[in-house]
Amino acid sequence: MATGQAQKLAKWALMPSVAALSAWAFIPLALTFYFAFLRYNLQDPDNTGWAGFSNFYYFFKDPFFIKDLINTVLLVAGVIMATVVGGVLLALLLDQRFWGRGIVRLLVISPFFIMPTVSSLVWKNLILHPVFGLTAEIQRWFGFAQPFDWFGKLPLFSVGLIVAWQWLPYAALILLTALQSLDEEQKDAAAMDGANRFNYFRYIVLPHLSRPITVVILIETIFILNTFAEIKVTSVGGFAGNLTYLVFSQLNDANDVGMAAAGGLIAVVLANMVSALLVRLVGKNLET
Amino acid sequence: MGSITLDHVSKTFGGHTVVPDASLTINDGEFVVFVGPSGCGKSTLLRLIAGLEDVSGGRILLDGRDATTEGPAQRGLAMVFQSYALYPHMTVRQNIGFPLLMAKLDKAEIERKVQDAARILNLGDYLDRKPGQLSGGQRQRVAIGRAIVRAPKAFLFDEPLSNLDAALRINMRLEITELHQQLKTTMVYVTHDQVEAMTMADKIVVLNAGRVEQVGSPLDLYRKPANRFVAGFIGSPKMNFLDGAEAERYRAHSIGIRPEHITPTRDKGRWHGRIGVAEHLGSDVFLHVALDGGLGHLTVRTPGDMAVSHGDEIWLTPDDSRIYRFDKAGLALDHTS
Ligand SMILES: Nc1ncnc2c1ncn2[C@@H]1O[C@H](COP(=O)(O)OP(=O)(O)OP(=O)(O)O)[C@@H](O)[C@H]1O
Ligand SMILES: [Mg+2]
Repeated sequence: MATGQAQKLAKWALMPSVAALSAWAFIPLALTFYFAFLRYNLQDPDNTGWAGFSNFYYFFKDPFFIKDLINTVLLVAGVIMATVVGGVLLALLLDQRFWGRGIVRLLVISPFFIMPTVSSLVWKNLILHPVFGLTAEIQRWFGFAQPFDWFGKLPLFSVGLIVAWQWLPYAALILLTALQSLDEEQKDAAAMDGANRFNYFRYIVLPHLSRPITVVILIETIFILNTFAEIKVTSVGGFAGNLTYLVFSQLNDANDVGMAAAGGLIAVVLANMVSALLVRLVGKNLET
Repeated sequence: MGSITLDHVSKTFGGHTVVPDASLTINDGEFVVFVGPSGCGKSTLLRLIAGLEDVSGGRILLDGRDATTEGPAQRGLAMVFQSYALYPHMTVRQNIGFPLLMAKLDKAEIERKVQDAARILNLGDYLDRKPGQLSGGQRQRVAIGRAIVRAPKAFLFDEPLSNLDAALRINMRLEITELHQQLKTTMVYVTHDQVEAMTMADKIVVLNAGRVEQVGSPLDLYRKPANRFVAGFIGSPKMNFLDGAEAERYRAHSIGIRPEHITPTRDKGRWHGRIGVAEHLGSDVFLHVALDGGLGHLTVRTPGDMAVSHGDEIWLTPDDSRIYRFDKAGLALDHTS
């Protein structure tokens, strides 16, 4: 009985924050929903009224839609692959005992604290730039007269590189904490059982990491679906744009609020579908 | 096929010497128990034998072959850990079969051996469960199963029963002894429970601060402890020690009397004292007696249900033929009997 009352009280006590959170999530979504069915183009302000589903129709028909959808998927999948594999390797490395480990760990985490716009600028102008960049300098040192133009030739890969650089620390950090929670006696037991280093990794460490890897995949999917700054700052939206970028360009280049809102909704629905699919596929790992 | 020899083995952890110099022979098929107080280096010694730690000096021989530089897998020994160290994501079947998988046996062979082990250990119904779904005793059995499948030269147990409750511990104690009778494989068993040591061992090794204090059969150690440390460690309740004038009478620096070798009486005897706590166990009574004249405290064990209680006066008489005499350094002087 006491618990019943306490639960009731807890419900009431939670109400204000639940209300605030719902409003916070709901109002923008509701407005987007509303705009998506309006004729609402800033270049044609007199043409108003309900648009029915035409905004959605034209968003799908947009010549960039399919390409940007594919880019979105490639970007998410590629970055996750790179950060999970790289994160596991980095975590294994950081788990070793070596001199200056504390400092190195701090340095490894740092990319995560840099704003996407800033890191994009650094990558664009200081590292990958075909004339002033670090990679260009290295290539010239090796005797290439015409250094490789990363953003020109491999725009999506370059964006992925920047995003992966930002997310690698996150993956490594999560996986490192998981590694450290691995019971030392398991290592001893595996050694007694005749497992060499590879088998120890394959049969003991990797299964132990499956749960944190699932978490990394889920979180990264949600965030990387929304990649925008890296594409905008490096000006490769025309080639490596994703759905988020397409929504932006509807609004910014075409000034079509209604179409952008429709695109936003489509993106939300797609993101939810991907997440639901992922949760089904890998979420099993999170049980028990 | 399973003798272990430690030849002047030492172990130092970063300047801190844990095992100064240990020499020991364990014969094939023996059940050897390492006992000693906490932190005395029992686990370290076991891990040195297992190959999980490298020796700082000396040699380890297995069946006469120098195994000092071999890795844990090459030595062909199996270990059961205190926390069991089961692989949590594998089923019982996979756990038990893991050493065989690592030894690259084929599937059918692995399955057959796993079934055999499961039968010996009564684990048949649990093969498809994960360790998290098992009780402490069942986990213990899986750990033992993982050890027996590959027919090791010797088993190493590090306090395998210390996480179990009292009833289960007695059960598993019997099971392990039974297993030893069945397999006749060398077993090295670490514990600080001296009942386990006395009941299970063919040979007990008493360790103190990394030194081997004495090696012998349980009754040897009980009857002829080499020094005061062993005398105090083996036997329950602990041996009583008296020094000063009482020890002088036996021409010793100190004397030891086991609680079960003292006879309490109401009217007369050697020493007079007052009972502090009387612990009635039903079959026995443990009396904690403070002797008059500041001679010290004695624990007395007397069979039956002697009706005594706190504050009673009592006379105590030791069995003179079973008094242990020690010199100044704590070494045993030849037995009075
Ligand atoms: N890896 C290590 N590094 C440094 N010191 C260690 C290490 N392992 C053990 N020691 C030290 O060695 C000593 C003996 O430890 P050990 O674990 O062998 O004791 P034990 O007899 O098994 O004790 P217990 O009965 O409590 O298990 C302890 O003082 C411990 O602090
Ligand atoms: Mg120990």
